Amino acid sequence: MGLLNNHGILERHSLILTIAILITVSIGGIIQMAPLFYMENTIEKVEGMRPYTPLEVAGRNIYIREGCYVCHSQMVRPLRDEVERYGHYSLAAESMYDHPFQWGSKRTGPDLARVGGKYSDEWHVDHLIDPRALVPESVMPPYAFLAEKSLDYENIEHDLKALKMVGVPYTEEMIENAEIDLRAQVDPDIYFDEQDALVARYTEAAGRDGTVQIRDFDLDPDRITEMDALVAYLQMTGTLVDFSTYEAEDLMNRR
Amino acid sequence: MRPPNYLFKTGSPEMSDHTKDIDQPTGVETTGHEWDGIKELNNPLPRWWLYIWYATIAFSIVYMIAMPALPALPGLGTNTRGVLGESDRVNVARQVDQLRSERTVAGTALLDASLEEIETDRSLQQFAMAAGESAFGDNCATCHGAGGRGAKGYPTLADDIWLWSGTLDGIEYTLRHGIRHEEDPETRFSIMPAFGRDGLLTRAQIDDVASYVFDISGRDVGDDEAVERGQEIFAAQCAVCHGENGTGDRKVGAPNLTDQEWLFGGEYREVYNTIYNARNAHMPAWGERLDDATIKSLAVYVHSLGGGE
Repeated sequence: MGLLNNHGILERHSLILTIAILITVSIGGIIQMAPLFYMENTIEKVEGMRPYTPLEVAGRNIYIREGCYVCHSQMVRPLRDEVERYGHYSLAAESMYDHPFQWGSKRTGPDLARVGGKYSDEWHVDHLIDPRALVPESVMPPYAFLAEKSLDYENIEHDLKALKMVGVPYTEEMIENAEIDLRAQVDPDIYFDEQDALVARYTEAAGRDGTVQIRDFDLDPDRITEMDALVAYLQMTGTLVDFSTYEAEDLMNRR
Repeated sequence: MRPPNYLFKTGSPEMSDHTKDIDQPTGVETTGHEWDGIKELNNPLPRWWLYIWYATIAFSIVYMIAMPALPALPGLGTNTRGVLGESDRVNVARQVDQLRSERTVAGTALLDASLEEIETDRSLQQFAMAAGESAFGDNCATCHGAGGRGAKGYPTLADDIWLWSGTLDGIEYTLRHGIRHEEDPETRFSIMPAFGRDGLLTRAQIDDVASYVFDISGRDVGDDEAVERGQEIFAAQCAVCHGENGTGDRKVGAPNLTDQEWLFGGEYREVYNTIYNARNAHMPAWGERLDDATIKSLAVYVHSLGGGE
């Protein structure tokens, strides 16, 4: 039992012990991390996922700023009851452009991964202004100020640039037109030409029609508020992937 | 206190691999380590604990072979599948399919049955009500309130006032296609113009119309001339949808203005605001989100809430 007898060396020399601990612990890390360097793909193959439009990015920034993630998760787990209540379970592909992702595990409020299209814009606006007017038992704080506060989108181009740096495939064209795209999505009456350009750009990225929703989201046509951005983001969540072409049985998609 | 030379060398100098140090009171061997006269006993691990530990190691090997485990071996391209072929995603798909087919079996009887049959067939009715109530809680109560009690801007479903239709088929159609849900070409659709915002009427004219609407809903505004002026404007602008007498028209979802029920508030200020800015509420189409049996159950449930026709 030579190995056991020499164990005393490890116990007596803390530096050697430290190095041995590091080696042992890193084996676990390597087993988890190394495959990521040679695996072709860790996310499912889906159709319809596209980078978020500038307005959606602005809305997402507000979502993060207000800490919505503290009470709302954005991941439908592959469990029967979750799928029944919220819709199709979330895919890794659906958060591939999220930096940072909003999965979460705290559900004081319901999961929001598939809230897009579930309620009307009016509902979102009314509910954000005064949650208890619609859901008396709700404990959600009111966010009425979002409807008052004009959206600050001066830096939206830089937001897109930063996202591109961490791997979101924004094109040069998307970045250059970020500000005008943002306005076109929420104010189609004035920016009708730009609206077509916006739809064309993001539809090409999505590879399918109907992923870009254009309208006045906060029902206040006179200006662009933070409410516009947040509701635009919420109405998009979970709607991008075309599940009619998603094959859960495909070996590459199995988990 | 010893000087900190134990930074690189630990253990007591008495420690040895060859001599055994037995603790006299217990007769148990010590580890040979000593701190301020205190020694550590070197009892063997309890057998039961040790064997469970070995068993967990053995189990982990079996589990690794049976279930998806290793992230990816070079060349395999994906994680190991495990010989049992388990997959959460496949499992949930099977469970949901099973649930839906069970629902469809009961639901088929429901879909084929007429309203009278559902109301007389206890088991059908119970099924529809139970399924409808649970789906209503998940999907509808957020806007229409628990039990369909409604809210300002979100119609009460527990009364006998219906904007578009109160029949079983009509409710089902609304559920399936929504209201002003633009992605669905068959959605229920109408647009009330924003008479003030879009400059169709002056503020004074809107005042007159609001007075008239107040009058026909049975309230006294105290200005008969305004009511008369309002009546003329109403006949020209509003009657085409709301009817000559203001009793509404379900074909276009125009509400009855002569009753005491107000979806967007019945105060003078609120009525004025409605004429000025218009109200065109949306309801999403649920045909894509929910299966047929659930929609039928919901229709039966909503129909039963208050005043189904």
